[in-house]
Amino acid sequence: MSIAITTQFICFIVLSLVVIIGALGVVLLESIVYSAFLLGGVFMSVAGLYLLLNASFVAAAQVLVYVGAVNVLIIFAIMLVNKKEDLKPINDIKSRRIISTLICLTLLSLLIRVDLTNAWNLSSPQNSIGEESTIRIGEHLFSDYLLPFEVASVLLLMAMIGAIVLARRDVMSKDISTGLPVDQELIEKSSEPLLTNKN
Amino acid sequence: MEYGLDLEYSFNEFLKGFGLSSEIAHIIWLPLPMLLVLVAAVVGVLVTVWLERKISAAAQQRIGPEYAGALGVLQPIADGLKLLVKEDIIPAKADGILFTAGPILVLVPVILSWLIVPFGQNLLVSNVGIGIFLWIALSSIQPIGLLMSGYASNNKYSLLGGLRAAAQSISYEIPLALSVLAIVLMTNSLSTIDIVNQQSGAGILSWNIWRQPVGFIVFWICALAECERLPFDLPEAEEELVAGYQTEYAGMKFALFYLGSYINLILSALLVSILYLGGWGFPIPVELIAKFLNLPINAPFIQVFTASIGIVMTVLKAYLLVFIAILLRWTTPRVRIDQLLDLGWKFLLPISLANLLITAGLKLAFPQFFGG
Repeated sequence: MSIAITTQFICFIVLSLVVIIGALGVVLLESIVYSAFLLGGVFMSVAGLYLLLNASFVAAAQVLVYVGAVNVLIIFAIMLVNKKEDLKPINDIKSRRIISTLICLTLLSLLIRVDLTNAWNLSSPQNSIGEESTIRIGEHLFSDYLLPFEVASVLLLMAMIGAIVLARRDVMSKDISTGLPVDQELIEKSSEPLLTNKN
Repeated sequence: MEYGLDLEYSFNEFLKGFGLSSEIAHIIWLPLPMLLVLVAAVVGVLVTVWLERKISAAAQQRIGPEYAGALGVLQPIADGLKLLVKEDIIPAKADGILFTAGPILVLVPVILSWLIVPFGQNLLVSNVGIGIFLWIALSSIQPIGLLMSGYASNNKYSLLGGLRAAAQSISYEIPLALSVLAIVLMTNSLSTIDIVNQQSGAGILSWNIWRQPVGFIVFWICALAECERLPFDLPEAEEELVAGYQTEYAGMKFALFYLGSYINLILSALLVSILYLGGWGFPIPVELIAKFLNLPINAPFIQVFTASIGIVMTVLKAYLLVFIAILLRWTTPRVRIDQLLDLGWKFLLPISLANLLITAGLKLAFPQFFGG
């Protein structure tokens, strides 16, 4: 089994490096487009880590949901509004960076503490369920995890309705910001600009 | 039902005969099926390109390629060689890294998806448990590559083409996955091998197309849209967007897009034949014929014969679908972007949802026909 274990170890090192360096790149790079694409790479490497843990269904779901849906939507939004101009420099950028670094380090130390103090109940490779895990996940989703699963879908529904309300102003009789009655006929028709001072 | 050739086992036993350990034998075996699939995919592309040229010529009452080899069969090879030796151009104001990474990201998931395409009981690269779900997940990576190349080209047509491609593939992924889900519901498994075996009971009569006619049509429309074939080739609409996200590409990078789209077309045709047309199954079950002719089903020569019939049937069904796709491309007009999104969200999505619900109901009502 030595070859298999060596391969696994090399894969683990490479994937972890990609996750760490990619995540740092997402945060530290100036270009928002590069950050978004790197985020996709990080999600893919996390899926690879799941594969190494024998959780192939979770890995595929990670690729489908995070890379195929979340990341594509992020990139989509960036490309629709990208104006190819430099972001305005912020005055107190240094103090902001220090504060955010401190917060991140605190969270990291919290995670490390959880990792060290928790007694992890690891299953040995002999009794891992492997391909059976798909069935096991389905059973859990329809029995003891039914409520969290359904609540998550309500959350998604709320997000969707919110997006529709924001995108289609004609669902309300009054404009949110101007208070004028909204034209119910055509959305494309030129209407009062949203952010004007109404005296 | 465990019959058929197991090449991996025989190969490993053969190498062990030379005194190699099973680990070494496994490592020597591993690249072989991958290489074979890669070669099969590329040869499949060459055949499809030739078919496309010939069928389009016939549809427009031309002769098509004629002088490169008999009936112009060498024309696709000439095309490929031309692309191979062309200069590799990166536009001056383009983003070099993303410009190069885009086509790779489009091609790699498509080739990876060939992992799960079975040509026989044991004739596939890997019978992974998540099977068809792997393909759905991998095909969702493609839009990132399209957006990447559209953005990196620094060209308004490219960007528009990339955005259209991503919007299209997000919209049609959902009905596609839902119609696959109805099949999975009937099979009780995600594995492509189990999906084909579940259809092998009574030959042509037990194929999924009779039990899932709506799913079949929805899947085929969505597969065409995912491959960006006409009538859904909006991302590269020549009259509006020059060539969409491919506008700035030349040489080998363009060839990657070209290869990717044709491999994707063949892959979709193969998957339709696996999901709905009985995969490697012969219209009359091979076991019945063997029993009728009093031949032992487990004899080596019968096994080789059934395996070759399986490969021929899979490829034949797939190329029949490729033929339909090519004929559709040269006879139908392109839909508008709003019609495309309307069709996806307002028609195919509700229909595939209803199909899934009805399949679940039928499965409960008639478990012997719809998989218990």
